[in-house]
Amino acid sequence: MTDNLSIVVVEKDRDRALLIVDSLRASGDHNIFVISEETGLARRISERNPDIVLVDISSPSRDMLEELTLASSPLDRPVAMFVDRSDDGLTKAAIEAGVSAYVVDGLQPDRIKPIIDAAIARFHMFQRMRTELAATKRALQERKVIDRAKGILMKAHKIDEDAAYALLRKTAMAQGRKLADVAEALVTAAELLS
Amino acid sequence: MNGQVLRAGFIPLVDAAPLVIAHEMGFADEEGLALDLQRAPSWSTLRDLLVMGHIDAAHMLSPVPVAAALGLGGIQARLDAISVLSANGNVVGVSQRLAERMRCNGYAFDFADADAAGRALIAATDGQLRIGVPFPFSMHAELLYYWLGALGLPAPQALDVRTVPPTLMAEAMAAGEIDAFCVGEPWGSLAVENRVGTLLLPGAAIWNFAPEKVLAVRHDWTRDAPDRTAKLIRAVWRAGRWLSKPGNRAIASDVLARPEYLDLSSELLDRALTGRFIISPSGEQKARDGFVLFHDGACGFPWRSQAAWIAQRLAARTGLDRGAAAAAAKQVFRTDLYRQALSGQVADLPGASEKLEGAITEPTEVATAAGTLILRPDRFFDGQIFDPSAVQR
Repeated sequence: MTDNLSIVVVEKDRDRALLIVDSLRASGDHNIFVISEETGLARRISERNPDIVLVDISSPSRDMLEELTLASSPLDRPVAMFVDRSDDGLTKAAIEAGVSAYVVDGLQPDRIKPIIDAAIARFHMFQRMRTELAATKRALQERKVIDRAKGILMKAHKIDEDAAYALLRKTAMAQGRKLADVAEALVTAAELLS
Repeated sequence: MNGQVLRAGFIPLVDAAPLVIAHEMGFADEEGLALDLQRAPSWSTLRDLLVMGHIDAAHMLSPVPVAAALGLGGIQARLDAISVLSANGNVVGVSQRLAERMRCNGYAFDFADADAAGRALIAATDGQLRIGVPFPFSMHAELLYYWLGALGLPAPQALDVRTVPPTLMAEAMAAGEIDAFCVGEPWGSLAVENRVGTLLLPGAAIWNFAPEKVLAVRHDWTRDAPDRTAKLIRAVWRAGRWLSKPGNRAIASDVLARPEYLDLSSELLDRALTGRFIISPSGEQKARDGFVLFHDGACGFPWRSQAAWIAQRLAARTGLDRGAAAAAAKQVFRTDLYRQALSGQVADLPGASEKLEGAITEPTEVATAAGTLILRPDRFFDGQIFDPSAVQR
């Protein structure tokens, strides 16, 4: 079918790429190709000669795609940045969701919209998951440091865990600092002294 | 922190310093601005955030607003450069394999002579030189094409130019994807630190006084927020003056090294700020005076002739009318706004808005409203002089 669009998704994470592909499939019977390697990105894309390229906005390798927008690009047809195209609302939504798209000039907006919408939904979901994951990781890390600090205090003062925690908490409040920061300082100091 | 919130984006580079210092050292605060600094992952994303109004101002490659004015790279929005954030600050580096071959040919890495370095590089290259630049519209690309072009290598046609983000440059070299690069610090020094590259030249060896990064805003924003425009220019100007004092360099590198800015060791950042480099994994040291400038020689002043130089280079490559391009570009470097913001201040500004680029060979006094100002040399390595009023069509 000539109506199908050829879409390239640039995404390192395999699971995420699969999810994006699934949601794009739901918007039509498109020809979708995933590139997971950053090496020679511009060349790989131009070999495919896609109608649309989707890429995570937080990826530094996005700059490699700028080559495609230049006159000297190996592509037959120039690729225009999606953000410069007519639909401002859609563009804004895409940027907020963290997806950037490169679209071949002259492609009808009504053909692009469902694809971008699908991509936006997926990217949104992933952004949330990523933020949550980062927060969880940080919390775990802080917990570990606090546990170590408690251990140091328990040994040094011959006190129990609750008393050690209370001491940390009191110091943090007196200094107007975060509990985790006080614990971190104590652990660092103990490492230096040991 | 009180004041009007102003969102400003930056790329993790040493030359983001004026924005970071304006925020951290209270220069923005003094103007009643609360800077909300946002680190961007790539130049294209930073540009889009600015164009779409997600941020108010950006640390930007000087050719980007010029390219936008010429309709290149698919940007239709008009971006203005309201000041030059820094002059110079790039390094050219080569892979260890290429460095070895250049040494075998008798070349001694002096980190100074662009003519000799270029000839040695061309002689040691077999086939097409694969060279990494951070962005198609960048002073890095312009300096490379000017330099190699002047030495007889048709650039960029004879080169295999790869766009590699600064943060990934050392990695690309380690992976054997590029033979050479031109990149802003500290990412060149990181390649040395990771033992994958040797520094060949500071960008300043090609052009003594190249406008490297500008403070870019949307054209409409300068009209809608003239007050904030002026405040921002002043805050950044004061930050630049602070950065120019040698005693402040250690503080500057400590601040920039923080996780929210560059997240690298301050020792690595010191190299660019002090101009004392370790150019190879074996530890050779070379110094470069004026490696990156934030204040000296009134380098914040957005000379219209600098915009014209960039424009005629871009136009020649893309087949545009050079005269028309230069004229359009001059409108983008907002000498007028810069003057308005700093007049009556301590800042001493040049009386003229254009100069012959490349004509200053010695530190030179020029007339200003308040007296005299010393301009720094702005020579091109091959002695060419660019006259902005005589751009050929």
